[in-house]
Amino acid sequence: MLSRTADNLFWLARYVERAEYLARIIEASTRLANLPSAYAGTSNEWESAVATAGCAHLFYQAHDKATRETVIDFLAFSPDNPSSIRSCFEVARTNARSVRTALTVEMWDAINAAWLELSKYRASGLNQDEHLANFLSFVKETGLRFDGSAYRTMLRSDGYWFSRLGVMIERADNTARILDVKYHVLLPGAEQVGGSLDYFQWSAILRAVSALTAYHWVYKESLKPWLVADLLILNDQMPRSLAACYESIVRNLDSLSLAYGRQGPAQRAARATRTKLESARIEDIFQSGLHEFVSDFITENNRLGAAITQQYLT
Amino acid sequence: MRIRIAHETIYSYAVPAHAVIQTLRLTPRNYEGQHVATWRIDVDQDCRLDAHEDAFGNITHTFSCTGPVQTLTVRVDGLVETSDTAGVVRGAIERFPPGLYLRGTDLTTADGEIRAYAEARERPGDRLSTLHALLDDLARDITFDKDPTHSATTAAEAFALKRGVCQDFAHIFIAAARHLNIPARYVGGYFLHADGTVDQEAGHAWAEAHVEGLGWVGFDAANGQCPTEQHIRIACGLDYLNAAPIRGSRHGGEGEFLTVKVVVDQASRQVQVQ
Amino acid sequence: MAGDAPIFDEMNLADGAVRPAYETLARWLKTIPTDLLATRSREAEALFRRIGITFAVYGDAASTERLIPFDVIPRVLTNDEWVRLSKGLTQRVRAINAFLGDVYTKREILRAGIVPEDLVYQNPAFRPEMNQQPVPHGIYVMIAGIDIVRVDADTFYVLEDNARTPSGVSYMLENREVMIRLFPELFSQHRVAPVENYTDDLLATMKSVAPRSASSDPTCVLLTPGLFNSAYYEHTFLADKLGVELVEGRDLFVKADVVYMRTTEGPKRVDVIYRRLDDDFLDPLVFRPDSALGVPGLMSAYHAGNVTLANAVGTGVADDKAVYSYMPEIVKFYLGEEPILKNVPTWRCRAPDELKYVLDHLPELVVKEVHGSGGYGMLIGPKAAAAEIELFRHKLVKDPSNFIAQPTLALSTCPTLVEEGVAPRHVDLRPFVLTGRDKVRIVPGGLTRVALKEGSLVVNSSQGGGTKDTWVLDS
Repeated sequence: MLSRTADNLFWLARYVERAEYLARIIEASTRLANLPSAYAGTSNEWESAVATAGCAHLFYQAHDKATRETVIDFLAFSPDNPSSIRSCFEVARTNARSVRTALTVEMWDAINAAWLELSKYRASGLNQDEHLANFLSFVKETGLRFDGSAYRTMLRSDGYWFSRLGVMIERADNTARILDVKYHVLLPGAEQVGGSLDYFQWSAILRAVSALTAYHWVYKESLKPWLVADLLILNDQMPRSLAACYESIVRNLDSLSLAYGRQGPAQRAARATRTKLESARIEDIFQSGLHEFVSDFITENNRLGAAITQQYLT
Repeated sequence: MRIRIAHETIYSYAVPAHAVIQTLRLTPRNYEGQHVATWRIDVDQDCRLDAHEDAFGNITHTFSCTGPVQTLTVRVDGLVETSDTAGVVRGAIERFPPGLYLRGTDLTTADGEIRAYAEARERPGDRLSTLHALLDDLARDITFDKDPTHSATTAAEAFALKRGVCQDFAHIFIAAARHLNIPARYVGGYFLHADGTVDQEAGHAWAEAHVEGLGWVGFDAANGQCPTEQHIRIACGLDYLNAAPIRGSRHGGEGEFLTVKVVVDQASRQVQVQ
Repeated sequence: MAGDAPIFDEMNLADGAVRPAYETLARWLKTIPTDLLATRSREAEALFRRIGITFAVYGDAASTERLIPFDVIPRVLTNDEWVRLSKGLTQRVRAINAFLGDVYTKREILRAGIVPEDLVYQNPAFRPEMNQQPVPHGIYVMIAGIDIVRVDADTFYVLEDNARTPSGVSYMLENREVMIRLFPELFSQHRVAPVENYTDDLLATMKSVAPRSASSDPTCVLLTPGLFNSAYYEHTFLADKLGVELVEGRDLFVKADVVYMRTTEGPKRVDVIYRRLDDDFLDPLVFRPDSALGVPGLMSAYHAGNVTLANAVGTGVADDKAVYSYMPEIVKFYLGEEPILKNVPTWRCRAPDELKYVLDHLPELVVKEVHGSGGYGMLIGPKAAAAEIELFRHKLVKDPSNFIAQPTLALSTCPTLVEEGVAPRHVDLRPFVLTGRDKVRIVPGGLTRVALKEGSLVVNSSQGGGTKDTWVLDS
């Protein structure tokens, strides 16, 4: 397959995944920001939303202060933000158009319909909660629809594997990013920061990766910060955990090397990261530093993305 | 006259290039005014130089190398025997009848200003005098200046500035001549300075125009003279783009930095490029 | 001429009789209610939208993706008419190829004084870079689209040759598919020659012209300028049907005079490029240095004989409107035959006496720019306002060699579904002629374009023209 086609499939999947994650961030932040400060603390949730979305630098070029209005506009609609939901859908559709024949009709319809639908939503309308809720569920549904149609209709060959790799690399990055920004509320001794206030931060983290229910199923306990970290990093049953993402990344890279009859740096790098996640224990991670662990992971994950690009997509 | 040429072009990239491909027009051919004694092209990367003859009769070499390429050096060394032919080019390889060289190009389109300038110097029925009038007046009216123009500057743009380098002089001359229905073409090469300066920053360029009875005659407007034994003729074409010493493209390799060293000297003296 | 000659309708003769080829269709048209036709027409439009067959209109910022109107009433040709046309087309394309091979090598036709030298050398579409450069198997134009108009029962004229990157063949193919779906009953009543083998023919043609250094199963690709090209849909459509990769310039690279494409399994050699990218953009090392759409080094690989470009570079010099007027002489010069297909009588404004005639008769003539296309830069005398005629008079005097003039042809009409019902509208025909090393292939018919406005002669899709399915009936 043409490298460019594979590249388009990879990024198409990444941008759809990114849009969905942004919608979850906005949702979780809105919820936290709406709590009385006695519950949620005095930290500015909108500042941390911008940081979690990984676009603080660009944001403060456009706005002085992180408020509900400025942040939602920037994360959802701003054309100046190359990773706003709107930009994500736009880039996704451009990628889809140029590989139109490599997509199934269902995948094309999902992304094309989303792009058309997007024009119905305006930033100003989202000040009303109901509109915002509709918008966010539209974005999440697009993610589900696209993912589902890829899963249900795509031929299981290289195109599918590149698409899955895009989803998983992006997902791992998103999960790691939220941990990177919120790690301080998970650290022991967090009482100093605000005691039980952090309870709502923990649930917000879980919501952002749609894992609140899963948490209760898995641990059957009230929210404990180290268990939240365990779920998001090491639990391979939890679809958005780093471990689960890497399990899938390794599997898809193996499919590629089997089909092409050779393997390279991407396979080796992915296996190394998976092995690390398999053998790690959450106690050790806290011992040697959660923050360091997460930042190292983000770097490694980026490096894998570059290795895949180098090996297959250029 | 025996002239030695050393021409080194060095590309360096801030980010190493994934791949580089270039077409070189850096090989002279013989004609009555020049005999190539030795000539050598070196590229300091692993690659094959594929030689072709292009449509205008120039010898080209194309090479491609795959990265990472941090720096790339193209080096030419040669020795050429020249003699003075009063600018007349006899015995050169001609692949087109002169009529082709009436064809306009983007770089040599005559605008109203150039047209008026050309018409004011036309000596009806006497092509040679017309061309000499153009040569003399352009040398007087246009100031040699490296700063304001670049390789994509058109004849009209340079003429409006009344400034430029040898390429611009040649383009203006060609535009004016073609407007007067005189076939004219662009020539790239080297020039030995009479004042003893041997280190130069670039090669040289001039024009040739077709005159019945004489054939192709060179006109070096930048120096206000017809080519002499100090000129080495490398490549010709409709404009700079057909005769450019190097045309290249790269994949990756952001932050390109280019250094060109040209040494043109009489062979009796020793030449070394640092 | 319009005005003096009656307009020839391909279904109804002047006396009200129906021409034999249309008998069944005419009967069917009488029985089918107009509103049912209109319903089917809307269904057809929905089908086209669904498959995404759109085109981009230059200068139309509001809607960059538009649908070309499709007319559900087919245009019918008899087998006899087609046999004569296809002989003429084959002859014409042979002559075009011979002409190109000559002007880029020996230039005998220029030496013989048949075509003026400056018409070739000063022609923007002439590529000096192709001079004396061999092309694989000596074939320049593998894919030609020849625009044909009809003025009466026996007379077909060539209106224009398209020897660069003719488009529209996807409409020919999709029109037939949609017709078969919407009107199966018509296909059981008529024996219509199929067109669906076009893409197989095209692939066979491409493979037949692969360079000698290619493997026995050459790799072909379709090179597109990309998403924003007005014919991008057609490029994806053809690549899909051909089963070849649709590549952009950046997908290809040249190493040691061989072209490769970047694939997920590493570089793969490319032997034949069906390019839908204009000459100017093909190779920044040879043509426009600022082109990001091309492949650096492509021309070097091409000259080395390691890749075939279809069509060759510089073919536009053969379809220029000024060269067009010499086509009858060109056919005779190379083939020693009388042209089977006539040219529209053409005045070359470069000749002073012809210019004088044209200036004296502007209100009756069609004046065209020699290098223009798509119906732009054109004067239709009988339809033009006085001011427009004066504007052209000025242009003609200023730069006569940039123009040719032709009589206003009474293009034939075909029944067409318009708002008021079924009415005659003017049509032309673009058959596609494929020239391979082994043979010439033409699928029966081609793309019929129809001017939907009453009385209009402009069939270009960019100016409100539509298309029809074209049937060649087995006799």
